[in-house]
Amino acid sequence: MSEKKTLTFAIMDPPFESARSTTFFRLLEIAAGRGFNLNVFAYEGGVHLSFAKQKAHGNGVHGTNVETEHHPLPKIWVSEIMTKAQESGGSVNWVNCGLCADERGIDEVVEGVRRGSPADFWKLAQASDNSLVIATR
Amino acid sequence: MKALQIIEAAYRGTLEEQDDTIIWLTHSMRDTGADLSVLLTGNAVNYVLKGQDASGLEFGRWTQVNPPNLERELENLIAKDVPVYVMRDEIDRRGLGEAFTIEGIKLLNWEDLPKLLDAHDHIWHW
Amino acid sequence: MSRYLLISSRDPFECGDTRNFYRMAIGLKTSGGDVTLFLVQNGVFPARIGAENWRLREAIGAGVRVLADEFSLRERAVDGALLADGIKRASLELIVDEMAAGTKTIWH
Repeated sequence: MSEKKTLTFAIMDPPFESARSTTFFRLLEIAAGRGFNLNVFAYEGGVHLSFAKQKAHGNGVHGTNVETEHHPLPKIWVSEIMTKAQESGGSVNWVNCGLCADERGIDEVVEGVRRGSPADFWKLAQASDNSLVIATR
Repeated sequence: MKALQIIEAAYRGTLEEQDDTIIWLTHSMRDTGADLSVLLTGNAVNYVLKGQDASGLEFGRWTQVNPPNLERELENLIAKDVPVYVMRDEIDRRGLGEAFTIEGIKLLNWEDLPKLLDAHDHIWHW
Repeated sequence: MSRYLLISSRDPFECGDTRNFYRMAIGLKTSGGDVTLFLVQNGVFPARIGAENWRLREAIGAGVRVLADEFSLRERAVDGALLADGIKRASLELIVDEMAAGTKTIWH
């Protein structure tokens, strides 16, 4: 088993708009599986990723209903990765930028996500082995 | 720990947010004592120009009271002892010229970039 | 001089700043750094054999290790035979490996 590390990520993209958010989750999945301690600072649009009210839907163009479309909902990815990290001996500390959440009306998030500020990003990065910012465009 | 904020994206959401959200983030972290530098590159080099004016946005009865003032935000960062670098090559490509920039900005040549990157523990590219 | 992992997610066809990112990789390498350029998402477009990619070729020539995310390649129908010389396919695991090893990691 690899040595346990602490990695901090910052993510800005909301879901469904860019490949960046998916690649970010792919990285978290790998790191969670290694039992790393992961910190996430969700900034600006990134606060949408953990929004509890994301809803699946069917797709007339695909000819599917809600069940058969099985539409991805990043809020589920957040929860799954948190579980995976824990089961692997690690953790996920997910912080939404509070002001960013306010202006976007993100008032309900999945369990385990907390509200914070840029000061948290700095402190988390300081206490980490490494960090990566995935900014938006 | 020292971190370098490389800001490349420009005028992205600046009207809605009433600032550049990465310059704002830098201020916010600096106010807690963070040791940060800023490097402006790409279109963000335009931020060093005097005379940027984003005032006048109106929708129906709504009028913007606090338009973004990126000059002031950069000047304030410099006043907080955050070094602000700008890529000389990007300034030149855009025909901006040194005469139009706010004071205290440090011009950086491409050949000096590796040294700047090496001098920081974390490099955050926005 | 440190180790660097530069993750290039944007392609030079759509984004002119991507060439500057390659240039950063070259500068770090010629200054003595250990540099890997990891192409991901649309950043893999110039990895296709025959694509216009003179700045990427310059990076390879300068000794920058250039890798491309196998998933992004497959997603865009770039199989092994279509990968330009000097570029190797790699797993995203490498990014986590390098971060865990303390490599300075920059995303563009």
